[in-house]
Amino acid sequence: MSTVTGIPPKGYQAIPDDSPARRVLRGMLVTAPIFIVLAILLVWITIENPNFTDPPIFLLFLRRAAPLMILAAGQLFVIISGEFDLSVGAIITTVVIVAARLTNGDPDRTWPVIALLFAGGIVVGLANGLITTRLGVPSFITTLGTMLMLNGATLWWIGGTPKGSLPDNFRQWGRLGIDDVPWLGQLPYSVIALVIVGAFGTWLLHGTSYGKQVFATGGNPRAAWLSGVDVPRVRTVAFVLSAISAVIAGILLGGFTGVSPSAGEGYEFQAISAVVLGGAVLGGGRGAMIPALAGAMTLEALFTLLNLLGLPQPLRYSVQGVIIIIAVGIAAFRGRKTR
Amino acid sequence: MSAIASPRNAVVAARAAFGTSSTGQIYGVLVLVLVVTWSLILATGGNINLTNTLVRSVALGIVAVGQTFVILGGSLDLSVAYQVSVTAVVASVLMDGDPGNIWWSVLAVIALGAAIGAINGIIITAIHINAFIATLGTSLILRGALNATFDNYAGEVPDEFQPLGYSRFLGIPYSVLLLLAIVATGWWILRYTRFGHHLYAVGASEETARLSGVRSGRVLIGAHTICSITATLTGLFIISRLSAGAPWVGPDGNYDLESIAAVVLGGTALSGGRGGVLGTFAGVLILALLDNAFNQLQINTFLKDVVRGVIIIAAVAIYALRQRRDVR
Repeated sequence: MSTVTGIPPKGYQAIPDDSPARRVLRGMLVTAPIFIVLAILLVWITIENPNFTDPPIFLLFLRRAAPLMILAAGQLFVIISGEFDLSVGAIITTVVIVAARLTNGDPDRTWPVIALLFAGGIVVGLANGLITTRLGVPSFITTLGTMLMLNGATLWWIGGTPKGSLPDNFRQWGRLGIDDVPWLGQLPYSVIALVIVGAFGTWLLHGTSYGKQVFATGGNPRAAWLSGVDVPRVRTVAFVLSAISAVIAGILLGGFTGVSPSAGEGYEFQAISAVVLGGAVLGGGRGAMIPALAGAMTLEALFTLLNLLGLPQPLRYSVQGVIIIIAVGIAAFRGRKTR
Repeated sequence: MSAIASPRNAVVAARAAFGTSSTGQIYGVLVLVLVVTWSLILATGGNINLTNTLVRSVALGIVAVGQTFVILGGSLDLSVAYQVSVTAVVASVLMDGDPGNIWWSVLAVIALGAAIGAINGIIITAIHINAFIATLGTSLILRGALNATFDNYAGEVPDEFQPLGYSRFLGIPYSVLLLLAIVATGWWILRYTRFGHHLYAVGASEETARLSGVRSGRVLIGAHTICSITATLTGLFIISRLSAGAPWVGPDGNYDLESIAAVVLGGTALSGGRGGVLGTFAGVLILALLDNAFNQLQINTFLKDVVRGVIIIAAVAIYALRQRRDVR
């Protein structure tokens, strides 16, 4: 920040200290810990499994990481705007179960059902946003409520156990890709979706006035409101973006892992962890897209590594907990120093 | 003293007794839910059992009192579910079926709970990690440690410990008395001790409290310690109704999110500084009455979650609207 005080002298011109290059560099510095952690994990995985850097193998890793990374991209908008979205795990479960029941293995129904899922996701996101901003319910409670409602309603509808199955042209999005790409082998559709979502998210958050409004809203809602930002609308759109990202993640996961009432379980906390690992601050106002995606990839790399090391399944939770606390602790410490 | 006779002072006194005026509202809602659910049960030929409903609310009620403390301080605790499990398993293993082990095992798990709470508080206040992330982290750590060590029932709870779960005093179950005692203690601490007043101050504005000389860090660590001790007591109550502790009792009861839901349903602001344990008690009772009604009316359990979601959101929306009207 510039430290100009008092009245500027005549002919004073503000020096733009916020050139895009500097901004990106500063963002990288503030959020560097996550890139270091990610690099260490990826190198360690490569030591354990030298094939890991082969493009096809690495693409398989990216395919597995894509749903969480896409989810993190959506959650990031909500977190930076100063809110939480706990409903994304329930949205994923709902997407998988509803898709299986409605398509019932019929490939002709795939496209209408996918359209319906996106429409439903937008409705859930709008409900989250409007209840939070217009009724003044804290988003933690709003999205906890929609989580209960979605999980309850879906399981009620199917009577507790999943019915129907997903047709192959629905499952292909999570399982297949474009074959015979030179050097890469198969380019998974999930990775393509990840690149599109990542690029769109980066542009929307860091390159548009909507993105600036998201930061302003989270940094100081009152100041943002007084400077003409429609705070409720900015937050509502963020919830819709998060819900859409959950629908995409759900479609990919449905193809990848199959139909189960616990398909999305725990994803809300993983997405929030990922975003926070990427340097976003709960409470809003700070965060960035690439580090958030790196945070999500770090979590998946951690799971892959612990798998390779053959650590007992349950201890993976403990390691995840320790890493989250240490990484966020370091970020908090650096954040205070730079102030 | 004669002034108390005037109706206006009676209202003030009533408000003082219930903590805040929003507590009055929540008890109004409680009565409404009670009347509606009981009429429905009676109309369909079911029978009403208040004691049973109360016993069903003990496990959630105890830990929700502790959750009220941390939320009042502007914090929250997502690790209580696994703390309940840790207590259940560790206490069961320590007791090992021998009644002579009961008293020191109970003290040991309470000490363990207090230590976990203090660690949560220290991570949040000293390292400045957001409570959501900090307690999510400790929750994952506890979950991993617990599931790596135990995968089934462990230890044995001596029969002599079961009266807490099943016996009655003057027709009232011990467990209900325990819950009432904890609610009363929580109310007294918040209302009459310096710590309680400091907790409200820290929750309303940490910075203002600190600048006014309140050691906000210590206050929050204290609140987290209390919260974890209540999680321990919930764990002890649960194993008094089982023959052994199991690692899944906490997450199966969903005590983390349910306790937070009960607290905000009881009118405590999630942002801290406003509310109290009497409201939480009503919130827990409302959830228990709904449970009871759904069971009696044999309505699909999944539909119950939908109704819960609606009620939690609606209640908090009403508080928020009233809050805004009060400010105007």
